[in-house]
Amino acid sequence: MGYAIRRLLVFPVVMFGVSVFVFVAVRLVPGDAIIAMLGTESGLLTPDQRAALAAYFGLDQNWFVQFWRWFSHVLQGDFGTSTTYGKPVLEIILNSFPLTLELALLSMLIALAIGLPAGVFAATRKDKPADLILRIVAMIGQSTPGFVVGLLAIFVLSVGFGVLPEMGSFVPITEDPLRNLGQLILPALTLGTAFAAAVIRISRAAMLDILSEDYVRTARSKGLSDRKVIWRHALPNALIPVVTLSGVEFGYLLGGAVLIEQIFALPGLGRVVLDAIQQRDYALVQGSVLFVAFNFMVVNLLVDLAYSALDPRIRLDKG
Amino acid sequence: MLRTIFKHPSGRIGLTIIGIFVLAALLGKLGITPHDPLMQDRLARLQGPSAQHLFGTDLFGRDVFSRLMMGIGQSFVVAFFSVAAASLFGTVLGLTAAWFGGFWDGTVMRLMDVLLAFPAILLALLIIAIFGPSGWTSVLAIAIVYTPIFTRVVRGPALSLKTRDFVDAARTFGSGRGYIMTRHLMLNLVAPLSVQITLALAWALLTEAGLSFLGLGTQPPYASLGLMLADARNLMEMAPWLLFFPAATVMFAVLGFNLLGDAMRDILDPKTRRALG
Repeated sequence: MGYAIRRLLVFPVVMFGVSVFVFVAVRLVPGDAIIAMLGTESGLLTPDQRAALAAYFGLDQNWFVQFWRWFSHVLQGDFGTSTTYGKPVLEIILNSFPLTLELALLSMLIALAIGLPAGVFAATRKDKPADLILRIVAMIGQSTPGFVVGLLAIFVLSVGFGVLPEMGSFVPITEDPLRNLGQLILPALTLGTAFAAAVIRISRAAMLDILSEDYVRTARSKGLSDRKVIWRHALPNALIPVVTLSGVEFGYLLGGAVLIEQIFALPGLGRVVLDAIQQRDYALVQGSVLFVAFNFMVVNLLVDLAYSALDPRIRLDKG
Repeated sequence: MLRTIFKHPSGRIGLTIIGIFVLAALLGKLGITPHDPLMQDRLARLQGPSAQHLFGTDLFGRDVFSRLMMGIGQSFVVAFFSVAAASLFGTVLGLTAAWFGGFWDGTVMRLMDVLLAFPAILLALLIIAIFGPSGWTSVLAIAIVYTPIFTRVVRGPALSLKTRDFVDAARTFGSGRGYIMTRHLMLNLVAPLSVQITLALAWALLTEAGLSFLGLGTQPPYASLGLMLADARNLMEMAPWLLFFPAATVMFAVLGFNLLGDAMRDILDPKTRRALG
């Protein structure tokens, strides 16, 4: 059986496992959903009102019934109603997802724009000063947590230039693209430069590997210019590990950059999940985590498939 | 082994950094710090670095240097225990999955697939939500996040080792499977495991800092690196040292393990060196 087909067959099994895991995990969170929803006001509820609320949100049934109800609705695209917002879960997710997607795309773009040329450049200057400096910078970059980079960026901006990044009221790109970009550029730079370090390391290593291959030597001996050899012959093959790494990182970012969203006060998917967990909003946690895991798995699947398509020599059968 | 690592340039730097940090962590855990990290001194609030307070004082007049030592101790304990647990569970699961195959292998690997379907920080958040935020919950969360990775690292090589002649030979000598697994397979897995453990430690330090930054790890008044960074957030214009020293500390600690991991990969596994540099 082909690798792709096998992966596709396993996909729903794992997704079901993820659903069960999330469902049980959320119910193990201590505390009562109705108290979490209404705060101290929940003390004013009569037992009848409580029971009615519980029945409305389906909390009066046992776990198996609750799970089946939830799961069969999810399969029809209905993720339930958030207890905190009183809105459909899917609506909340889809409201915060554009920001997360935009941030993920922007930071990937920045990371590749910095990392790829720098990595190739370092590879062509192997062991010369430029290479050493880039390697040190990349190593330090990879060792600095993204949220620390973000804090330092805010510090430099506020102390060095006396400006604070605009925070609080987020403007979607559809309303005011320029202001939106102004709000996202710093978080995107933060995430982008942090990931650029990894891109530098992997593209340099891949490039060095390829440059020692016979076909590159052949191209050189034909008298092709260095530039042509590097960009035309070597780079396409060196891109394979970069694609894999970027794909995995992109999958992570689609889950919402919890820490960065926290620092820059962005209402993205990571924030939704974090708040939902703290509010014990069962339906919202289940829905959003399932959504994130689904995206993550799809992206990883695509990366795997792209990987074997880009290089037919790679056999992924021995997973 | 140590000598070989020491000959490697990044191994030398990495080991030195880790050595210094381990010393600081030990002293911090034992409470041998220049000042009491929890003692507040209202008269000495938000003082810049000086001879008296090397890295300055925080909002409550507590000595930042001493708090950093305490924080390093806390971060290292969390990183060490979580990676120890993850590598232990991962190795047992990976080895038994490879050895017994069939239903057990399928069950274990699908379970690991489920865990791997979550972005790491999200899974950690879920686990912390269940057990409540604390240092030990961080250990559990990081251990669960990292177990599938160790399981995979062990299962792959163990599958191919299992079919090698020396395993058959051991079997014909009448060795039990427990003996074969622990002696013959484990010995050959030491190299990939030790590289993975070093890199996992770097990653665990990062995650611990992130979780405690969100207020979901170590709880105040105890110090942890992430918590100190969170406290610095609103004060950094007034007291930049509150941001810089913890930031540099996290960075160097992670750097140490990354450098060591790189060096070990170079030394132990010439094949991956080509792939990952």
